[in-house]
Amino acid sequence: MKLVTAVVKPFKLDEVKEALKDAGIQGMTISEVQGFGRQRGHTEVYRGAEYTVDFVPKVKVEVVADEADVDRIIDAIVAAARTDKIGDGKVWVSEVDRVVRIRTGEMGVDAV
Amino acid sequence: MDTGDTAWMLIATALVLFMTPGLAFFYGGMVRSKNVLGMLMQNIFAMGLLAVLWALVAFSLAFGDFGNGGWIGNLDFVGLKNVGQGVTLGALQLTIPVVLFAAYQMTFAVITPALITGASADRLKFSAYATFIGVWLVVVYAPVAHWVFAGGWLAKMGALDFAGGAVVHINAGAAALALVLVLGKRKNWPNEPMHPHSLPLTVLGTGILWFGWFGFNAGSALAANGVAAQALMNTFLAASAAMLGWLLVERIKGGHATTLGAASGAVAGLVAITPCAGFVGGLSPIVIGAIAGGLCMLACSLKFKFGFDDSLDVIGVHLIGGLAGSILLGVFADTAVNKAGFDGLALGGGTSLLVDQIVASAVTLAFSFTVSFVLAKIIDMAIGLRVTPEDEEEGLDTSLHAETAYALSGRIG
Repeated sequence: MKLVTAVVKPFKLDEVKEALKDAGIQGMTISEVQGFGRQRGHTEVYRGAEYTVDFVPKVKVEVVADEADVDRIIDAIVAAARTDKIGDGKVWVSEVDRVVRIRTGEMGVDAV
Repeated sequence: MDTGDTAWMLIATALVLFMTPGLAFFYGGMVRSKNVLGMLMQNIFAMGLLAVLWALVAFSLAFGDFGNGGWIGNLDFVGLKNVGQGVTLGALQLTIPVVLFAAYQMTFAVITPALITGASADRLKFSAYATFIGVWLVVVYAPVAHWVFAGGWLAKMGALDFAGGAVVHINAGAAALALVLVLGKRKNWPNEPMHPHSLPLTVLGTGILWFGWFGFNAGSALAANGVAAQALMNTFLAASAAMLGWLLVERIKGGHATTLGAASGAVAGLVAITPCAGFVGGLSPIVIGAIAGGLCMLACSLKFKFGFDDSLDVIGVHLIGGLAGSILLGVFADTAVNKAGFDGLALGGGTSLLVDQIVASAVTLAFSFTVSFVLAKIIDMAIGLRVTPEDEEEGLDTSLHAETAYALSGRIG
């Protein structure tokens, strides 16, 4: 069992969602997040005074999946979220020990 | 009594009162989200405290002994004594009930001290605020209103102020400067960025202010007549032209036309046209507005240059805009628009009015600054003006009012 986490540009969320659905993914969790990578922040101007804003708004997408599906998921996210411009985000995969479906008590891959 | 005038002034009074919540949102959007209730509270509270003080004592001090050419009114109308449905207020002959006149002026008395809140945002103790505006209404606003609106010495000298360029805007702007000099800068200003948390609120507030300002300026005719109509047109055009002026300067200087710039420009234009509203005509409001818009945009950088933390630019917009309008009135005043006025420099009236306008502006600025500075110092020594550094860090909403503006996880629990 793996957790695939992606941080993408907010306006790419719909395309990422559709690509994951097309790849047969049953569910996902998203959250609005802020941060910076190599893109760094941006500059805002209020009444002529410039301010640097370090944290850029992004969307975090999390998918729990069977190990066999992980490559497909990564490919789908990368293809959908890429604009080739700086700030496209990242995808990473981490190990998941246990998964339980609350309604039925199913465990592991059956619960995904 | 004239029923048409009375009907209009009833509406104008409601319009001007609506400006104070508008101002609350204009300012509230510009502060950080942890201080938005602190800002809204200061403004809404002004509608409570100042209205009561106005009825108890300040109205009488401002409008008692009308036309005495002096420095202050008297105690004839304390507690609204003799303020009823008649149309005579001492030497002032009205066409509306005196009680309505007192209510209309009450809305001015509410918003003028409230204007100061933008300068002292995020760090002024609530008890100190309440004390400051309460005393300020009596010792600063009432006398200045008397000088100008009640036939006091500035009015007798010949200075013009249709709806309060000096009484409201120079007065509040000078007090704001005095208050922030005593109060000090916000923690970490200007090194830490302190962005507006909700410009949509600011734009909403701008719309409410603009709407209410028609009552403020056109209502200052105290009648439903041609001067009121001209004042309404001037108010509209000056706000529009000032928005363009501000955006143009902003675009040239910084490369972006911003939402906050459009909102601020409109307010700067409304401020500048306030003294002029019933005394100018033609395209003068466009010229006055455009100058005020560009000038106020440039004036907002003064605080960085001189190091005073006028948080939301009350000095840049209200003091500078009020000065611009009051002085430009000496140029553009036109007796063809209003026989009660004088001709300005551009209308062949010479420099006499211009000089009076400069004197009235300078005296108002100096008086308000001095008294406000002393008042702020006394309050600071007696009860302290500032919240603790911890409370400032936490934000005024929870530290002063035990509330939170935005429950971001509203559906949880």
